[in-house]
Amino acid sequence: MFGLKKDWSLDVLPRYFTFEDYEGGEARWCPGCGDFGVLTAVQRICRDKQIPPEKTVCVSGIGCSSRLPHYMHTYGFHGLHGRALPIACGIKSRRPDLTVWVATGDGDCCSIGAGHWIHAIRYNMDMVVMLFDNNIYGLTKMQTSPTTRRGFRTNTHPEGAWIPHLDPTAVTLGFTNVSFVARTVDWNPPHLYATLQKASEHRGMSFVHILQRCPHFTGKVFEELQQDPALTPLLTHDDGIQLDPDVAKIFPNHQVHDPSDHGAAMQMVERDDVVPIGLFFQDQSRPCYDEFMKQGLEMATEDKLRGLEQALDHFMI
Amino acid sequence: MPIRPVAKNTASSVSMSASPGTRASGSAEAQANQQVVEERIVEIVADSGEGAQKAGQIFGTISAKMGNGVWTVEIIPAEIKPPSRSRAGASGIRIRFGTKEMTNMGDEADLVVALNEQVLFGRMEQRAYHKGTVLLLESKWRDDPDPKVRQAYADALEQFQHNGYTVHEMPMEQACMEHTSNPRLGKNMFVLGMLCWIYQRDATLAEQEIQAIFGRKGEKVVAMNQALLRAGVAFAREQLEEDPYYIPPMEVDASRMVLNGNQALGLGVMAAGIEVVSMYPITPATSASHYLAGVYKKVGGVVHQAEDEIAAMGFAIGCSYAGKTACTITSGPGLALKTELLGLAVMAEVPLVIIDVQRGSPSTGLPTKVEQGDLLAALYGEPGDAPKPVLAAATIEDCLELTVTARKIAEAFRTPVILLTDANLASGVQPIPRPQVTEDWLAPPIDQSPWQDGVCPYDWDAETGLSPRPIPGQRGGEYVLTGLTHTRHSKVAYDSHSHQLGCEMRSRKLAALRSTLTPPKIHGDEQGDLLVVGWGSTLGAIEEAVNRARAEGQRVSSVHLRFLSPMEPGLKEIFSGFKRVMTVEISYSDPPEGLTMGGGTQPGRPSQLALLLREQVGGEIDYWSITPGHPLSPRQIYDVLMGRLADLDVV
Ligand SMILES: Cc1ncc(C[n+]2csc(CCOP(=O)(O)OP(=O)(O)O)c2C)c(N)n1
Ligand code: SF4
Ligand SMILES: [Mg+2]
Repeated sequence: MFGLKKDWSLDVLPRYFTFEDYEGGEARWCPGCGDFGVLTAVQRICRDKQIPPEKTVCVSGIGCSSRLPHYMHTYGFHGLHGRALPIACGIKSRRPDLTVWVATGDGDCCSIGAGHWIHAIRYNMDMVVMLFDNNIYGLTKMQTSPTTRRGFRTNTHPEGAWIPHLDPTAVTLGFTNVSFVARTVDWNPPHLYATLQKASEHRGMSFVHILQRCPHFTGKVFEELQQDPALTPLLTHDDGIQLDPDVAKIFPNHQVHDPSDHGAAMQMVERDDVVPIGLFFQDQSRPCYDEFMKQGLEMATEDKLRGLEQALDHFMI
Repeated sequence: MPIRPVAKNTASSVSMSASPGTRASGSAEAQANQQVVEERIVEIVADSGEGAQKAGQIFGTISAKMGNGVWTVEIIPAEIKPPSRSRAGASGIRIRFGTKEMTNMGDEADLVVALNEQVLFGRMEQRAYHKGTVLLLESKWRDDPDPKVRQAYADALEQFQHNGYTVHEMPMEQACMEHTSNPRLGKNMFVLGMLCWIYQRDATLAEQEIQAIFGRKGEKVVAMNQALLRAGVAFAREQLEEDPYYIPPMEVDASRMVLNGNQALGLGVMAAGIEVVSMYPITPATSASHYLAGVYKKVGGVVHQAEDEIAAMGFAIGCSYAGKTACTITSGPGLALKTELLGLAVMAEVPLVIIDVQRGSPSTGLPTKVEQGDLLAALYGEPGDAPKPVLAAATIEDCLELTVTARKIAEAFRTPVILLTDANLASGVQPIPRPQVTEDWLAPPIDQSPWQDGVCPYDWDAETGLSPRPIPGQRGGEYVLTGLTHTRHSKVAYDSHSHQLGCEMRSRKLAALRSTLTPPKIHGDEQGDLLVVGWGSTLGAIEEAVNRARAEGQRVSSVHLRFLSPMEPGLKEIFSGFKRVMTVEISYSDPPEGLTMGGGTQPGRPSQLALLLREQVGGEIDYWSITPGHPLSPRQIYDVLMGRLADLDVV
């Protein structure tokens, strides 16, 4: 801490950022909303990694969860419903120096933005995508979302949602060029922190599916999981998410899973008796579209002018 | 089978010159056996895949190189592979060239080379030909094994003769057979050779073009195409009895480029220092991105093909928010999809250039054809009040220059800017002066110096609505851009004052931009009976029509608008100099006199520009607009002007 090294010598950092440096406007979610925990985790990671606030951009769509950028004291882009990912990719495209976080909801990402979800995963640009999955449309007051369980009563399906829900972790694992998929829960801050921290270290698009409590509308949907940690077996591996043993102890079931094994990840995610959490899949070797997009970034103005003159020459008669 | 001798002209009145009146006399450089003319309109029409457009493009290029003014327009079938010999499948090109600058496609063609007779019918419907138009028609269909084809050919021939065309049946394919086993692929160069002879084009220039175009395919292909070209020259010389033409060059300064409007857009994008073009393929806009994809590297730019137009727009907005210059190029249906994000860009004041290469609409409409139907959508397409500058290119040169202007406005006024072009400009080819690019055109907006203390992210100037823009990376400038109503601090606000103020600030930017504009130039006198107001690619045809009427002593003038939002100032004063003001547009409107219905009349809906002018300038604005799916010809417009003048009792 504070640039103090193991040998007790002191590094005087020109700038040191505290937690408060990442705190924006006062967060206005319902009491007990899972979004608070995610916000705190992101702020802590930024602090721990000492990412300058001005080099950090939080991008979101529309929804309760998409309010997150407003509560960060960094650059932020509170976009349109479903469109966080294309905007975030555009921001990153010519600014590899920026650290980009994306906050998106289950409606934002898996319904209106589903097309972008597939393709953003294919682009595999370097950023962390946090899917706040509360199984519901929160902001617009309790409509069925693609992750709402069958039979769950909503304002648009008062007799219960009719179509089987989709599992964003499973679906994302199926997309071409996927490079990082993890699942975590808002009610275990250390796991949430460790997962997002791991995601922030990943080169490429890290997709983190966060089971997020919405006491206002779906207060009970995660109750069982929360009360019985046996239902959320912990995926463990040297290459996976590392938890403090004291925290890991909370979860009675540990399941060793090699995150480089895509086939095993697919099997793991198919289980319907439990909801495993941890790192399902990681492959740092997948192509990142950042490489393509940054072509010519360093080109000097004289060279650009020369190139332009050549292009004009081509049409000369 | 030996080549059948073509029907040679017997009477001297039957000539390749459609309009003998235009025959000029006594040019120093014309040879004794050449007919000197000031301009010609030539078409090559074929099935798609027969290379008519390539031949025409080469013809246009060498004509420009020889110092002629040139305008070429492609005749594009809507389908990729329409059945052969189909009336709707005409694929080809029109080249208008002459001793002065050519600014539009002109009226009826003087000469047409047709590789089958059926493709001509679509053109006839568009009144592309008239009495005396010379038709060089592939004759092989006369002896086709299929009796139905033979019959169709004979019927068509009768029709052509009835229409007064001068038909020369020519065994072009057979002549090609001596040089290639697949004449379908090489006939276009043969046709090019024929045209080179008829219009005395420099065949070595054509050979150079062939080398440039086919060089990559190897020497054999180049040699074969050059041989076909020479064969075409020889064939025309032997078969056509008439003297060839001479079209004197005009005086031009040396540095001219020949290109189409979409290539000009691409160059404009590069010259404007735009680094990213984020797009989704859509006709007729795509070829601009094709062009860029090939050359963008030279200036360090990248084309991003997004998953859809919404994503293309979002990506461009993200890029720009992060301090990079971005643009998105699309057509009507794509603009519709971008609407919501365009509203966000207006609301959050994100600089961005949006280029709409208009096509026939609504919906999928006429994908390959010209229309000016997106004007109101560009101005008012978003829900709520979303003021933004809208510019329109009138020429190919504009396609380049206005892209640079649009970028500058976007940044200076912190706003998205729409630039409208259309299918006519997209594929029209014309020589234009080479721009003198300077370094400041390319300058990136990105500024990473610390943000000035105490300045908020929307520090609106009370008068102009302008404010400096923080860019990620700037220390102290951290703010959250939002599409929600916000305060100067970019804080979400729900109160009525903030909303009203934000709307006003954005609106004031348009007024501020307007205060920097000068009134448009009047083509013709400042006073008269009739003033024609146009916008977009109709400029050349309108001015030519006006010139024709003026040459006959009519008191007609025209103005052409490049800025549609805000409009250039001074229009009221200009309009007051005329008895009547009317717009000419390629878009749908009901007749000004209304629609007859159940014995009475119901008021009709005016054309888009007329509606705008009525709102912004006031007074009576007459209009004439149609949606023919092709550019307006000067004659069409001339007829309308004369009709209006007759109404005014001044003819
Ligand atoms: C184009 C558009 N359609 C609909 C809406 C209304 N809307 C806002 S948020 C939302 C759903 C939010 O649900 P989710 O993404 O799950 O986020 P949550 O509020 O649950 O965090 C909807 C339908 C909108 N803002 N824009
Ligand atoms: S409605 Fe649900 S998701 Fe939204 S703030 Fe309240 S608790 Fe959180
Ligand atoms: Mg939700």
